[in-house]
Amino acid sequence: MQFLRNQLDAIEEKVKDNKYLHTTFDAIHTFLYKPNHVSKASGGVHIHDGMDLKRTMFMVVVAMQLALLFGMWNIGHQHYAAYGVNAGLGDAMFTKFLYGMFQMLPLIVVANLVGLGIEFIFAAKRGHAVEEGFLVSGMLIPLIMPPAVPLWMVALATAFAVIIGKEAFGGTGMNPLNIALLARVFVFFAYPTEISGDIVWVDYAPNFINNILGLGVPAGAALADTFSGATPLALAAKGGWSNVLTQYSVSEMFWGTIPGSIGETCKPAIILGALMLIGMGIASWRIMLSMIIGAAVMGFLLNIGGEFISVSMLKLPEANPFFAVPWYYHYIMGSFFFAMAFMATDPVTAAQTNTGKWIYGFMIGVCGIIVRVMNPAYPEGWMLAILFCNVFAPLIDNYVIQSNIKRRLARGH
Amino acid sequence: MSEVAEAPQKVREPLLSKQNRKLLSDPMDDNNPITIQVLGICSALAVTTQLKPAFVLSVCVVFVCAFANLTISVLRKGIPPRIRMIVQLVVIASLVILVDQFLRAFAYEISRELSVFIGLIITNCIVMGRLEAFAMANKPWPAFLDGIGNGLGYGAILIIVAALRELFGAGNLLGYPIIPQFMYDWGYMNNGVMVTPAAAMFIIGLIIWWQRSRKPELVDIS
Repeated sequence: MQFLRNQLDAIEEKVKDNKYLHTTFDAIHTFLYKPNHVSKASGGVHIHDGMDLKRTMFMVVVAMQLALLFGMWNIGHQHYAAYGVNAGLGDAMFTKFLYGMFQMLPLIVVANLVGLGIEFIFAAKRGHAVEEGFLVSGMLIPLIMPPAVPLWMVALATAFAVIIGKEAFGGTGMNPLNIALLARVFVFFAYPTEISGDIVWVDYAPNFINNILGLGVPAGAALADTFSGATPLALAAKGGWSNVLTQYSVSEMFWGTIPGSIGETCKPAIILGALMLIGMGIASWRIMLSMIIGAAVMGFLLNIGGEFISVSMLKLPEANPFFAVPWYYHYIMGSFFFAMAFMATDPVTAAQTNTGKWIYGFMIGVCGIIVRVMNPAYPEGWMLAILFCNVFAPLIDNYVIQSNIKRRLARGH
Repeated sequence: MSEVAEAPQKVREPLLSKQNRKLLSDPMDDNNPITIQVLGICSALAVTTQLKPAFVLSVCVVFVCAFANLTISVLRKGIPPRIRMIVQLVVIASLVILVDQFLRAFAYEISRELSVFIGLIITNCIVMGRLEAFAMANKPWPAFLDGIGNGLGYGAILIIVAALRELFGAGNLLGYPIIPQFMYDWGYMNNGVMVTPAAAMFIIGLIIWWQRSRKPELVDIS
């Protein structure tokens, strides 16, 4: 540790007066060491918590690690299962994990290089400190991508999200929309064939690292007969809950051994991460709980009113089978928990007031289920629902505050 | 842009004096109707999917803007102030109908492609804005130049946006494939966002950002 300290001190001497490099140095320094600020004005009675913005951000990254580790294994598992090699859950676990890790690493590296690069450049140009808001986005972006997404698309989407979504609005903490979701929505609308449909959720071809190491099934092998690659949501959109059960069991969907975006499949890992965030006071339990309630209410309404809504209101020939999917099974299909734990609770873009958080989470829950079930063009709804409610968050806060002011004024008279 | 009322001039100034050249060049630069005055956004978002219609629309707007300015400037002393808007509208509308009929006669395909947007030049805020701000208070020749300048400034942005959108959205320019086939073989794909009007908004936003960070005095915080 002393070695690191000495190195940093040596570098500091060199870059202290450099206009551009000192913000970069500052960022790395405060990332490695807690800043030694003490309050002087008040005679030292205030204690500065070591849990500054950087540690907070980093804890969110830590909370994602279980989902990430499982996601890596699952990339490998889906790859081998697609070709019918080592198809059992326990077979060749380590090989599968290694394969998935090497498949995943370039994604993480590219997202972080591009995003942090842009962040450092803007910080140096504007002369303000680098805020590591991107640490979380840089980890989230690979986790919400399909495993086989081309790297240049990730780079482009990350650049778009950071420049247009964040830097144009003034940097970390100023963005009205969630950066990671913005990157995903860019890929979704710019290159829809790479992020929707039945064939993108499994990594069929090993990348260059795996080719060098000889991991994975080489290109040209025949797919297994029983393999489909469709996600539960795609199956449900075609034929309802019974169609889902023909491919996947409930426990498979819960434990996450299904195709999907990299980080979203394993529900227990995500729930553990969410509990950790709640326990540390980083993420808001109000948003999570109200989102669960919102999804339950909307799912239940669609369950009991499916016939009426599809035939009478939407003028469909017969009831949409997706409406009848039991509301409690909506949670284990798709990315509900991932969106709830890591996306909706983003402190910058969520509502700030406590009442506002309840409304905000509830709106996301309701909108997400509506988009997922009613719109056949969008297989999953949470991305669009959260971005939509991000836009509403300041408005919700405004009305909460205004009504509070009104109530207290009325009390005074 | 200094909207100075016409001052009595004794000396006859040359046709393209420094002041007059400024009328032409300013809208291309620091007084661009789209990026600085933020007018005419609707058509800039709507017709910039491809380069050709954007180019034709730009030419039409240059024509309408220039001749509307000229006509109103000639008539400016005879227009009763209370009905000036209606007079301006009549002049613009006649010119737009002229353009529309011309396109239908000689370029029917493009006319169909642009459909309602030729007619909507009438509602383009730039044309009316220049009439109110400039032609009503200036002599015909400067007003004519101002019309051409603003039309060109509008067209320049339209063409930049359309070129970027057609190049990245469809891989073409003016309908000819530009991005070579081997790029597609390597995994390059056309960008679907570029086809949607949202892309035009992003591109115009980036131009505005670039222009104002180059010249901070253009930023107005109102």
